[in-house]
Amino acid sequence: MAGTLIRVEQLAKEYRMGSNVVPALQGVSLEIQAGEFVAVMGPSGSGKSTFMNLLGCLDHPSGGSYWLDGEEVSQLSGDELAQVRNRKLGFVFQHFNLLARTSALDNVGLPLLYSHMPLHERRQQAERRLQQVGLAERMDHHPAQLSGGQQQRVAIARALVNNPQLVLADEPTGALDSRTSIEIMALLQQLNREGITIVVVTHEHDVASFAGRIINFRDGRVIQDHANQAADAAAMLA
Amino acid sequence: MNFAATLRIALLALRVNKMRSALTMLGIIIGVAAVIVMIAVGGGAQARVEDQIRSLGSNIIMVLSGSMTSGGARGGAGSQPTISEDDAYAIGREIEEIQAAAPTLRGNGQVVFGNTNWSTVFYGITPDYLEVREWAVIEGRGFEPAEMNGAGKVALIGQTVARNLFGDASPIDQVIRVRKVPLTVIGVLDRKGQSMTGQDQDDILLMPISTARKRVLGAAMAKSRSVSSIMVKVRQGQDMSAADQRMRELLRQRHRLQPGQDDDFFVRNLSEILQAQEASSKVMALLLAAVASVSLLVGGIGIMNIMLVSVTERTREIGLRMAVGARGRDILTQFLVEAVTLSLIGGAIGILLGVGGAMAVAELAGWRTELSGASIVLAAGFAGAVGIFFGYYPARKASRLLPIEALRYE
Repeated sequence: MAGTLIRVEQLAKEYRMGSNVVPALQGVSLEIQAGEFVAVMGPSGSGKSTFMNLLGCLDHPSGGSYWLDGEEVSQLSGDELAQVRNRKLGFVFQHFNLLARTSALDNVGLPLLYSHMPLHERRQQAERRLQQVGLAERMDHHPAQLSGGQQQRVAIARALVNNPQLVLADEPTGALDSRTSIEIMALLQQLNREGITIVVVTHEHDVASFAGRIINFRDGRVIQDHANQAADAAAMLA
Repeated sequence: MNFAATLRIALLALRVNKMRSALTMLGIIIGVAAVIVMIAVGGGAQARVEDQIRSLGSNIIMVLSGSMTSGGARGGAGSQPTISEDDAYAIGREIEEIQAAAPTLRGNGQVVFGNTNWSTVFYGITPDYLEVREWAVIEGRGFEPAEMNGAGKVALIGQTVARNLFGDASPIDQVIRVRKVPLTVIGVLDRKGQSMTGQDQDDILLMPISTARKRVLGAAMAKSRSVSSIMVKVRQGQDMSAADQRMRELLRQRHRLQPGQDDDFFVRNLSEILQAQEASSKVMALLLAAVASVSLLVGGIGIMNIMLVSVTERTREIGLRMAVGARGRDILTQFLVEAVTLSLIGGAIGILLGVGGAMAVAELAGWRTELSGASIVLAAGFAGAVGIFFGYYPARKASRLLPIEALRYE
């Protein structure tokens, strides 16, 4: 599982606001190894969300290069990026972004729909992931019938269903109370121990404290990048 | 992404907003139902007109004697007896498109019964005449071969003649006199009504052609084989103009006319009326198409409107689908399938309503309607096309969203 999963060099992104050009990211270079648990921190406007979108292949950089799993992805077309997202990435969002009136099982199976997997296999994979996040009993529930923490577990199961190399979590606990937040972080830590690389974007130190490495952003640059003695979320719940 | 999955997603999305989907479909439903009802009513009207024309003899060709010029004055058609009974038999025998050719001798005169009398037209006919005109004897009997060949003193009369001579009494076996010749009435003809030129077709008396020639029309005709006209019926489904052409050739040959010489006979048929009828039904069809396309256009705009709303409402869903790997064209297909599903379901309901509506019109208003499979296929095809056409713009708009902006959309 060792090896470099992410390598960015002089990664830059600027937005146009009318005639103004706003630099959101100004030449970021770093590497993330497979199996790491990284927290990206910074105040709003620091560029951490832009960095996250670029890592997630949701946006094209204005400059620099990005290698994901040895593949240069910064020059790919929109459709090719969609393929990369589908095969290599999993996303967890602050507001879960589950499809309403759709069962947990079908929500989890959604990414596999776009990799042309037959229905019964999709169901099997989704079931396995829901068991993994502890929601085997609630597969037929709709999001509205689940608590916030359960919804985020469904979202995590969805992020895992395509066996991604990288899970990106954008403020995964932002909409949850503190105990549920710790539960979610415990789940992410457990997944990380099982070998999945995780990058969490947050502005909360409590959340970042569960990561093994913290990268601080300010004004579109990395100002600090250090290892962290990760707190054990599961132990805090006990 | 396979089609079944896409269709499932579309149906789910439509089910989520049942009321809205139903209202959106309404435009298509009304449009399609209107098309079907209008085409059915229009088809019924057209069929009725066609039936009328057929009853008047759209497949009948009349052959009349040519004109005679005497002392610079040109006589009208039939003034010169150029066609004969034998021409009629030859036509019936030699031209396969022709079902029957009936020679007739025409005359008019006073018909007397007891102390009443009535002036009418009489025809000397062969049995083919009743076949050509599709005319039935509703009371009594028709002519027998012996009467036909032997100048039998018998007659068939039309309804008008029967009423004027006999009132409500039965005319069968009564003896009437036509130009002083006593004839026994052996049958009454079915009612025909007015001809296209407004003549009363029931004001008629029929007798065997031999009777007319030898007994009634007098010495001038007695020795000749000539006839006033030949009424020719073309077989169902055969080309009128081909039959017309072959008949002209046959008659020219029989009359030994040289190339360049004018015909010594006239041929008349009702194909002009058919052509006029065809032209008017084309105008009608165009009108229907115009009304139908307006209602389908309105329905289509309704679909576009709702699909645009739907795309906006589901921006986050689109963003999420893109984040987990949907390509632009997956999103395009999804929304297009949704729009087409909407319009096809609407089309299907519209077809049911339209068929029901056409039946109701037939039942309640008593109009004749003619449901055609083609109109149903056309309506369904149109509904699908409307879905694709008006669904494309919203679907493309959805497919062009940028994933990060769609995800961030509130």
